[in-house]
Amino acid sequence: MKNLHTELKESIIEQLNLEDMEPADIGNEEPLFGDGLGLDSIDALELIVLLEKDYGIKLTDPTQGKEIFVSIDRMATYIEENRTK
Amino acid sequence: MPNQFYIQDWIKIKNGAIFNSEESVFAFSEDELNPFLKAAYDNLKLEYPKFHKMDGLSKLGILASEIIFRKNKATKDTALVFSNNASSLETDRQFQDSTKTFASPSLFVYTLPNIVLGEISIKFKLQSENAFFISENFNAELLQSYTESLLLSEKAPEVLCGWLDLQNGEYDVFLCLVSKEKNIPFSEENLKKIYCAENEKPTH
Repeated sequence: MKNLHTELKESIIEQLNLEDMEPADIGNEEPLFGDGLGLDSIDALELIVLLEKDYGIKLTDPTQGKEIFVSIDRMATYIEENRTK
Repeated sequence: MPNQFYIQDWIKIKNGAIFNSEESVFAFSEDELNPFLKAAYDNLKLEYPKFHKMDGLSKLGILASEIIFRKNKATKDTALVFSNNASSLETDRQFQDSTKTFASPSLFVYTLPNIVLGEISIKFKLQSENAFFISENFNAELLQSYTESLLLSEKAPEVLCGWLDLQNGEYDVFLCLVSKEKNIPFSEENLKKIYCAENEKPTH
C-alpha cells in the first residue's frame, strides 16, 4: 500500500497543477506556504476540497487550514486522526 | 500627422502556430489546446510556474504578451485593451461541471474574461488602464477608437490591444502593440487587414 505521505504529495502535485515537480521534490517537513512550496490562498481552498474529496474530512472552520497545511507531515498526521474514508 | 500612432508589433496564435509580425515563432504538430500550450511554454522557456495554474484564456494571453514584451519592453503604464466573443465560457463550463461533485476554487477564479488582464499585469508589473470587451465579431472600430483615446489622453504611452478568443478548444489570438514607434499606421483598416490575413475561419 502506498505511503500516505507519497500519496499526498502526488495528489497535491496533480490538484494544484505543480507541473515540473515530482513527489521527491517535496520534503515532509518543508513549509507548504510562504518560502517552501510557495502555495497561495486559492491553493489552500483546493487543499480543503482535497481533504473532503479524498479523505472525507470536512473542515467547518477554514482557519483550521492554517494549522493543518503547515507541511506534508502535519497534513498526514491530521488525516490519519480524522479520516472517514 | 501629429497624433499618428502605429502598430509597432503584432502576434497571432491559431491552429497550433504562433506568428509574430508575419514571422513564424512556433509551430506544433497538433493544434489541440493543452498540448499546444505546454509545448509553446517549453519552447519559449517561460519558467513561470504560475502559468500551469491558469485557465486556457490566461495561458494564451500570457504566451502572446510574453512574445510581444520580450521584444518591446512594457512600462508600468502600458495599457491592455482586449476583446473576444466567448468571454470566459470555456472555464465557466468547466467550473459548472466541477460543481456536480466538488466546486473547484482554482477554476472559479478564472470565470471572468478580464482575469487574463490581471495575470498579464502581474507578470509584467503593469499598473495601467485595462478593458476587456465582448463582441460578436472582431471589432476593429471599437479597438481602434478605445486604444486611440487612451493614447491621445496620455493615459498610456502604448497599448496592447486585440482579440483573444477561446471556445470549444478552438483558439484565435491577435494582439498588437500600438505606440508612436513608426511602423504600420494604426487604423481600423489595417487592424482588419492583419487580423483577416490568412484567417479564413475566425472562431467568430
